[in-house]
Amino acid sequence: MTTLAATGVLRASWLLLAFPVFGAAVLLIGGRRTDKWGHLLGVTMSLASFVYGMIAYFTLLGYPAAERSRDLHMFSWVPVAGFQANIGILIDPLSMCFVLLITGVGSLILIYSVGYMAHDVERRRFFGYLNLFIAAMLLLVLADNYLALYAGWEGVGLASYLLIGFWQFKPAPPVAAKKAFIANRVGDVGLSIAIMLMFAEFGSFNFGPVFASAHSGGTGVTTALGLLLLLGACGKSAQVPLQSWLLDAMEGPTPVSALIHAATMVTAGVYLIVRSNPIFNDSPAAQLAVTVVGAVTLLVGAIIGCAKDDIKKALAGSTMSQIGYMMLAAGLGPAGYVFAIAHLLAHGFFKAGLFLGAGSVMHGMEDEVNMRRYGALRKFLPYTFVTFGLGYLAIIGIPPFSGFFTKDGIIDAAWEKGGTSGWILAACAITGAGITAFYMTRVMLMTYFGAKRWDEPGPQGGAEPRTGQPQPQPHEHALHPHESPWVMVFPMIILAIGSVGAGAFLIINGRLQSFLAPVVGVPPEAHGIWTWPGIIALALALAGVGLAWTMYGRVPVPAMAPRGSIFARAARQDLYGDAFNESVLMRPGQWLTRLSVYFDNRGVDGLVNTIAAIIGGSSGRLRRIQTGFARSYALSMLIGAVLLVAGLLVVRL
Amino acid sequence: MNSFPWLTVAGGIPLLGAVVLVLVPSRGALSPGDSAPGDSAPGDIAARNRLAKLLALAFSLVTLVWVIVMATRFNASGPRYQLTETYSWIPQFGVHYAVGVDGIALVLIGMTAVLQPAVILASWNDVDVLGKPVKNYFALMMVLQTMTIGVFAATDVFLFYVFFEAMLIPMYFMIGSFGVGARQYAAVKFLLYSLLGGLLMLVAVIALYVYSGESAATGHHGTFLIQTLVNVTLSSTTQKWLFLGFFIAFAIKAPLWPFHTWLPDATASAQPGAAVLMLGVMDKVGTFGMIRYCLELFPAAAHYFTVLIITLAVISVLYGAIVAIGQTSLKRLIGYTSISHFGFIVLGIFALTSQGGSGATLYMVNHGFVTGALFLLIGFLIARRGSDKIADYGGVQKIMPVFAGLFLVSGLAGLSMPGLSTFVSEFLVLVGTFDRYKVPAVFATVGIILAAIYILWMYQRTMNGPTPEPVAAQLTGRDLRARELLAVVPLVALIIAMGVYPKPVLDVINPAVHSTLTQIHVTDPVPAHPATAQNGAQP
Repeated sequence: MTTLAATGVLRASWLLLAFPVFGAAVLLIGGRRTDKWGHLLGVTMSLASFVYGMIAYFTLLGYPAAERSRDLHMFSWVPVAGFQANIGILIDPLSMCFVLLITGVGSLILIYSVGYMAHDVERRRFFGYLNLFIAAMLLLVLADNYLALYAGWEGVGLASYLLIGFWQFKPAPPVAAKKAFIANRVGDVGLSIAIMLMFAEFGSFNFGPVFASAHSGGTGVTTALGLLLLLGACGKSAQVPLQSWLLDAMEGPTPVSALIHAATMVTAGVYLIVRSNPIFNDSPAAQLAVTVVGAVTLLVGAIIGCAKDDIKKALAGSTMSQIGYMMLAAGLGPAGYVFAIAHLLAHGFFKAGLFLGAGSVMHGMEDEVNMRRYGALRKFLPYTFVTFGLGYLAIIGIPPFSGFFTKDGIIDAAWEKGGTSGWILAACAITGAGITAFYMTRVMLMTYFGAKRWDEPGPQGGAEPRTGQPQPQPHEHALHPHESPWVMVFPMIILAIGSVGAGAFLIINGRLQSFLAPVVGVPPEAHGIWTWPGIIALALALAGVGLAWTMYGRVPVPAMAPRGSIFARAARQDLYGDAFNESVLMRPGQWLTRLSVYFDNRGVDGLVNTIAAIIGGSSGRLRRIQTGFARSYALSMLIGAVLLVAGLLVVRL
Repeated sequence: MNSFPWLTVAGGIPLLGAVVLVLVPSRGALSPGDSAPGDSAPGDIAARNRLAKLLALAFSLVTLVWVIVMATRFNASGPRYQLTETYSWIPQFGVHYAVGVDGIALVLIGMTAVLQPAVILASWNDVDVLGKPVKNYFALMMVLQTMTIGVFAATDVFLFYVFFEAMLIPMYFMIGSFGVGARQYAAVKFLLYSLLGGLLMLVAVIALYVYSGESAATGHHGTFLIQTLVNVTLSSTTQKWLFLGFFIAFAIKAPLWPFHTWLPDATASAQPGAAVLMLGVMDKVGTFGMIRYCLELFPAAAHYFTVLIITLAVISVLYGAIVAIGQTSLKRLIGYTSISHFGFIVLGIFALTSQGGSGATLYMVNHGFVTGALFLLIGFLIARRGSDKIADYGGVQKIMPVFAGLFLVSGLAGLSMPGLSTFVSEFLVLVGTFDRYKVPAVFATVGIILAAIYILWMYQRTMNGPTPEPVAAQLTGRDLRARELLAVVPLVALIIAMGVYPKPVLDVINPAVHSTLTQIHVTDPVPAHPATAQNGAQP
């Protein structure tokens, strides 16, 4: 599809970025003067972007399908000879999906945050950072070239860093924030080198020229590009092997977990791969790597999700797992792109809803996150329970909720891939569906059902410190769980509606497929709604629900985590992801640093000082001929220099 | 052809300022050589110091305005050297007082002019407590500015050499007399290293003169004028030796691994303001010299040594960053990060591509502002807490939010966050290097991870977490004052502006880099599979 210049109302699409940039600038530079109304400005700017996004969306729908790719050149950013980096906006069906997701879900979460952060003295700064995030995320998805995309990519990483560490006066959040940033940087190396390789091979890093000439570069180049982009995607989307930061990122305020670490930023890796589809379509090896990463992560995330007692960490494991599904789909090529995006959008609704529900529970439970201290909360938080429950039905794929349509699409596409790899991928995806149902049912039962465990006196701490779980801390007074205010419940209701209907809306009649077709192509064959792999997945999911019920519904949940099997303990330790990082990267890194510092102080510097000392010693003998007059020093320097020059001339270099 | 003496006046204003400063009487009575202390009231001394500081600030601001006006007279698409003045100085040896700027020299002079008032403002009270003549410290700064403007503006190699060496003297005294800790050791070490390099260069300069006298290109008249010297043909062996003479001097100044060991000591012993002038301005003379002299005078040698130098540059990038991570002192940490950043600059220069050259030049400017802002901010912190140990801080963000915000933005620039200035230059260097040397570029790119570690870990340990009791006691209610904000906010604003819209500066730099590369007969590599389609219609 050729890209046309933006005309009409789309010429104002820079407004999408300008609103949140303005909000962030006012709130962060204005400081405490804006405390009183800062949150309102933050919400307004996000809503303004959303309104413009809707206008742009309907404008785009008004164009014929072949003319829906519109480019707006904003300004020349870095021009050096052949390297011409511009800031430009590409409005096309793919970027539009993200614009609506980011500004829509983003606005809802900002509204929710007005209530959630009401008692935080730094609420204004929080909204400033969230506006910064929305601006950077919009730049990421709207950029018409890889360098501007990279700017947005790093920008969302910065916003994520600032927001994970928002409660910076506590010990843990700043450490988690730094970890997230550095893990992301590892991925960013891949993305930066990919851009350099594009420039060296194609002389450009704008989408149009790169995609047009991707094929002429040969499979070697496209495979290298694909793997480098995948490395970037692994960092941003918390895919194995760069997954470990996401669980720690739950130190951030819950709205941040919902918006950045569930609905939008962590899906940027999927966007990157789907956007780069002409590169991946040309390299089966890179596609295979993407599917493998996706399949492994969807299982790893799901297993971790089974073992966590911290409600946010259970959901974070789930996020990893669901993004694993999207990656798996994105690696399947044109057969999977649509389902990757469909699942991404549906996930944006139900996972944001689940996180906001978790936040609502925490809000009513004095920030308790340990599900072993929950129980029976359905009676105390009825709206939260219902909206969370709808999100639950969506994620485990019960028809007709969202996940059923989008996840089954992925499972089916993997199945249709055929061959051994298709078999294995489909088996992973189906197994994942069963595990998903298990851990989500576990969360539901532990939180909302059973006996209330929050009025029991907490056991004295330190009983079993090695389980890696938050041990219940004794509360000083009894908890009184209560439903959240309307400003928080309203966004949860909207997201719940999305969790119910988004999948059906996007999949039935191939609505999303025909909308995205100009960008990502069309799947080779049409799928029915009911397919055998889908039915197997549904059966396994029901089995997972049943298993969870026998373990957490039929019998009381102990307030203390049992020691558990070796598998349970491994899962609690995030399958030793952190232990691996620590022993393979951190420890050797620390040794290298210490060794280098020692070497620099003793080695390089010491050598120089030793030489200086030797010269100093011999200079004692020379001291007699030293007169102490600057003039004679200057003279001897000059003589020395002249002799050297004379020597050079004599040997006729 | 002599134009209006823009450059001479630009260099002359700070020198005049230094003279005026020295003439401010330091004691109650105007008796020279008076040695009896305490013959004037402390209030008197403070008032006189204040006068000296205000004068220094005023002269630096006049210089800044002058340089800005001068920059508007520069036509980026005009001839290579502009605003030129040439006067015969020592006719017997063909020495000229010749000055002029190309785009590269102009932006560096601009950076010097911007940093000077910021440094003076930030150093306001730094040396008051030492009991030494405060005015001398500021006079030394002014003299240093004259020398640095001279070194960037000189178009005569001998004149360049004179400024290059003379520049050491004010810095030697700024560290040796007004520094902290083992200041004399650090100052002597700094001086010895620099003198060693300077001597090697002197030999090469004289040899260059002798060869120029034998060349037909100069009509057998020895000369030091760079524009004539570039036409002198030298045998490749001669080029190699003379190249090394210049290069080692510049590599010590830059500083490049393994010539860097004077830098951490000098950085740690210098007052923050002096350290900014040293890292931000003086050390740029090294990398500036590599472009102007090493490349243009000895192109064959430059090609010959490229692989070696690129290797050293990549080692600098990684080594400086790794050692920076392990530092326990804030000042030394920033010192080591500069070694890493200078590695990037040298890498860009010797990649011999448009992107590498422009990126390296822009990096010199950006590094000046970023390191300037970081170091001045650290200085504010040290002035309050009396320590530059990282372990002596923690939780500062909560009690000094404005400081922390500025520190964070400057730090993020240090780790190349897009939207801030360093990113543009660093990416240009990397992409320009990758075009020719894929493996070194990939290694250097790993530096962006290390940069994130050293900056964010430093930020976390000083600004985040619970606030320890002594920190709270000393820093609570002492966020940045108006003078300090005035010094740093313009730098941070420039960091943001040059990250979002670097085009005006690049437009000045690009033609100069292009003519440098043309001079040494290199062209950018051609893409293997040039793109066929254009990305959409451009308006």
